[in-house]
Amino acid sequence: MHTESPSHSLDLVDQARRRASDPLPSAFQGVDIPRHGDIINCMHCGLCLPHCPTYTLTGEEKHSPRGRIRLIKTIAEGGLEITPGFVESMHFCLLCRACETACPAGVKYGELAEAARAQIEISGVLRSRKRSILRALLLRGLLTRPRLLRVVARLLWINQWTFQALARRTGLMRLMPRRLRELDALAPRIPGRFTRAMVPETVRPEGKPRCRVGLLQGCLADVVYPELNHDAMQVLRHHGCEVVMPRGQTCCGSLLGHNGELEAARRQARRLIEVFERAEVDWLVITTAGCGSFIREYGHLLSGDPDWAERARALAQRVRDISEILVELGPRVPTVPIHRRLTYHEACHLRHGQGIAEPPRQLLALIPGLEIVELPESSWCCGSAGIYNITNTDDAEQLLERKMKNIVSTGADLIATGNPGCMGQIQHGCRSRGLALDVVHPITLLRESYGLPGPPSGLLGRPRRPLFAQGHGGLGAT
Amino acid sequence: MPVTDAVKSELRRIVSDRGFRDEPEDLITHAYDGTPLLEHRPEAIVIPQSTEQVAAIVRLANDADFKIVPRGAGSGLSGGSVPVDNSVVVLLSPRREILEIDEANLTALVEPGVVTGTLADAVAARDLFYPPDPGSISICTLGGNVAEDSGGLRGLKYGVTHNYVMGLEVVTPTGEVLTTGGKAFKNVAGYRLHDVLVGSEGTLGIFTKILLRLLPRPQASQGVVAHFACLEEAATAVAGIIAAKITPAMMEFLDQTTIRCVEDFAKIGLPRDIGALLLMESDGHPAVVAEEAAQMEAICRRAGALHVAQAADPAEGERMKTARRSAFAALARLKPTTILEDATVPRSALPEMVARVEEVARRHGILLGTFGHAGDGNLHPTLCTDERDHEEIHRVETAFAEIFDIAIELGGTITGEHGVGLSKKPFLEKLVGPPGIRMMQDLKQVMDPRAVLNPGKIIEPRPRREGRLPNTQAEAEAMARSMMERP
Ligand SMILES: Cc1cc2nc3c(=O)[nH]c(=O)nc-3n(C[C@H](O)[C@H](O)[C@H](O)COP(=O)(O)OP(=O)(O)OC[C@H]3O[C@@H](n4cnc5c(N)ncnc54)[C@H](O)[C@@H]3O)c2cc1C
Ligand code: SF4
Ligand code: SF4
Repeated sequence: MHTESPSHSLDLVDQARRRASDPLPSAFQGVDIPRHGDIINCMHCGLCLPHCPTYTLTGEEKHSPRGRIRLIKTIAEGGLEITPGFVESMHFCLLCRACETACPAGVKYGELAEAARAQIEISGVLRSRKRSILRALLLRGLLTRPRLLRVVARLLWINQWTFQALARRTGLMRLMPRRLRELDALAPRIPGRFTRAMVPETVRPEGKPRCRVGLLQGCLADVVYPELNHDAMQVLRHHGCEVVMPRGQTCCGSLLGHNGELEAARRQARRLIEVFERAEVDWLVITTAGCGSFIREYGHLLSGDPDWAERARALAQRVRDISEILVELGPRVPTVPIHRRLTYHEACHLRHGQGIAEPPRQLLALIPGLEIVELPESSWCCGSAGIYNITNTDDAEQLLERKMKNIVSTGADLIATGNPGCMGQIQHGCRSRGLALDVVHPITLLRESYGLPGPPSGLLGRPRRPLFAQGHGGLGAT
Repeated sequence: MPVTDAVKSELRRIVSDRGFRDEPEDLITHAYDGTPLLEHRPEAIVIPQSTEQVAAIVRLANDADFKIVPRGAGSGLSGGSVPVDNSVVVLLSPRREILEIDEANLTALVEPGVVTGTLADAVAARDLFYPPDPGSISICTLGGNVAEDSGGLRGLKYGVTHNYVMGLEVVTPTGEVLTTGGKAFKNVAGYRLHDVLVGSEGTLGIFTKILLRLLPRPQASQGVVAHFACLEEAATAVAGIIAAKITPAMMEFLDQTTIRCVEDFAKIGLPRDIGALLLMESDGHPAVVAEEAAQMEAICRRAGALHVAQAADPAEGERMKTARRSAFAALARLKPTTILEDATVPRSALPEMVARVEEVARRHGILLGTFGHAGDGNLHPTLCTDERDHEEIHRVETAFAEIFDIAIELGGTITGEHGVGLSKKPFLEKLVGPPGIRMMQDLKQVMDPRAVLNPGKIIEPRPRREGRLPNTQAEAEAMARSMMERP
């Protein structure tokens, strides 16, 4: 034997085995610990790598799903602390879950990453006064209080119509700090009316009632795209559903959950479960993919809570995306033509989070006049990713650039997508590039093509005229 | 000698700060490849930007006495790019430029980090064809393919990577730059050095440029699927196809366990209750393709297939292939640790091999999924286990040792395409015998006297350690001169 023998294979195997079976004390603590069974389910084959947007941006293994899972594993087995480098890697992740769609082994990356982010919060490595105050105010404060959120949104609306309009027109905006200008560009335009001023709590179906569906009001979606709720209600009742949008709904907790606030997310979940249990609905229909994907995982979120686990699972099983339920019900044939060239962007939380690819395409294909062009890389994240475009603006911009190039390559003048976050991001992409493209939720196109009345608008609250459809429907009135 | 701070700053000087990593998060994420159970952190990772930088790093390793582990995408399945003690990873995946596609000579010159699928797509866009297509085609690098002499689904008809390597630019283990082969289609000048280098698993040189042979793209292709009640019937069909003098572009088989896992992932409508699945493809001239596809269909029917169909269009054929490529990872749905091997036998022995592998798994009470390249006798018996269960892992190891013995007994080999690396090193001697091992050790010693390149992979090296060794030809000559001058 020579002195310098490199590690023999069997030594390496032994080392790895020892680590797996007698892990050192881990830096993970509390209830939201990434599950070891899920961690070792990753067989590090690497097949997910080319599907990961952040790995594609930097080419660094630590920015890939396989690398992130290995970091989580190493911490779980006591081989690493929760380091700033780990935090950087996890916060750079979009939680788009493209890796889950790609993974043949069925690794639940989303759950691992959420737990890891919760651990980062628990560890306090990021704790600073400013960050704590911001998080308390925005995440825990605002999102969990729908009434307050609407007040703030109303203030933003007033601001957008007065000061900002003035500032933008007079060029005053250019004098603002860069970060503020960026955020202003990202900020969605707030409409004059929110959901509650548009739709009643319950609407009766057209014709014989087939089922009773509950509609998720949404929190941010409610103040930015309230017409989605109106449109969904119209189309659902057109399909024989009694639709109820129970009062007292709060944020579903998804933004909290994605950002490491799992305890706060659980509080939201319990409230939402109660609200919909009381409403006695057959289905819980959702127009915002991000919420749908999170509520589907309530069972996992509340699995450690014996009083709630079963109720959470029960609600999760009733969740249907709006496109999904329409396809299940058998969609009626829309007749009012829409003569536009359309392309469809797949929201991550629809495609990867909920595995829904075909239903929205099937519905859009029903609309007469619509020319549909398949979007290259349609399921590549647009960079919206919850609040990612606010926390990681530069990275999000690079993803948006890729998305916009693909969109432009289709020659489409209309983009449909099933998630408000993506709608906002792509609208921002169009605005900042001076592109005159419309961004719309499929449900709005369907509502118009069915000739159903638009949401109330203007001071008098008259139904908005169709934006895309040619003729006037007037088939069904509310 | 450990990689000291002085060595690190020298490495930084060579590759610049941009190309140097030694944060724990980087070390941890370069400690593994696709092989189960292997993990070892390197001391640093360097990303060279040129061949000269690679050579400088290797010379430094010889001088400062550290080890080098070349790494592509880290998808290897024998531990080839898993770091050894006191090693620096030289990462080649960022060197991903296709330098030239020569349509007159049908060659492609690439950097080693080009992903195999990227090259395949780029040449397909010009109606050319790069056939080797490992299951990892969407991630693995051509450098890794050459180092492992990787095979793929098309092996039977088109051969494997070494059939396509025409030339290499290599940094030798002593830090010189060597070019072998070239565009000339015929070339018998001296030993075919690149034939020694292909499949050397990063132990004899670092490839910095690769010249590959291309083919004209087949005009047409047609996929055929056949469902069987049991593996024996599928084997009869395979034998029938070979006997009919058909050489399909692909002939893959999957057993029931694998079919179920693949279906759970890919959802392409495979029945869960069938015993075996054959995925076949014929390619070439449209008339020949149509005839071959019809013949394969008929042979499968005669062998008792429950269902046979031709793919409706190339897209459907492609979906089938993608599903097949997921087989290995999809088996991890059953249990967390999947250990896959690639024992290969002469193809006439395949049915016996399959049966005996099943018997071994049953006897040791281990969950087995088998799939593989039926056409070329390359089997992928995959044992599904749990790395936390010591006792079962021990049984798995015993089972694999038996499986390798059977493969050798049937005139086959312990690895058909994944390489020896670390994981099959203990079994190599059984196959090649002590003289084989000694010759490999001698070769390694001649080419890599200080054992700096990926030592401990394939074989245990025997570094030469009397006196100081020259790094370059010039130095060697100078040393020789001074020895002559000495009284
Ligand atoms: C899901 C899956 C399916 C697979 N299917 C197949 C298959 O069908 N057929 C098959 O043959 N293999 C298959 N493999 C194994 C693996 O993908 C191949 O061995 C591949 O060639 C490795 O390429 P890589 O870039 O990942 O190399 P790595 O794993 O990074 O390295 C492999 C070896 O090559 C050396 N190396 C890498 N680059 C260079 C270079 N530039 N110069 C010198 N040495 C270098 C490394 O030191 C190491 O020894 C599969 C793997 C996976 C995970
Ligand atoms: S997450 Fe899945 S696809 Fe990615 S490396 Fe792990 S097992 Fe492979
Ligand atoms: S969730 Fe998206 S960004 Fe995060 S690791 Fe998976 S693919 Fe990459």
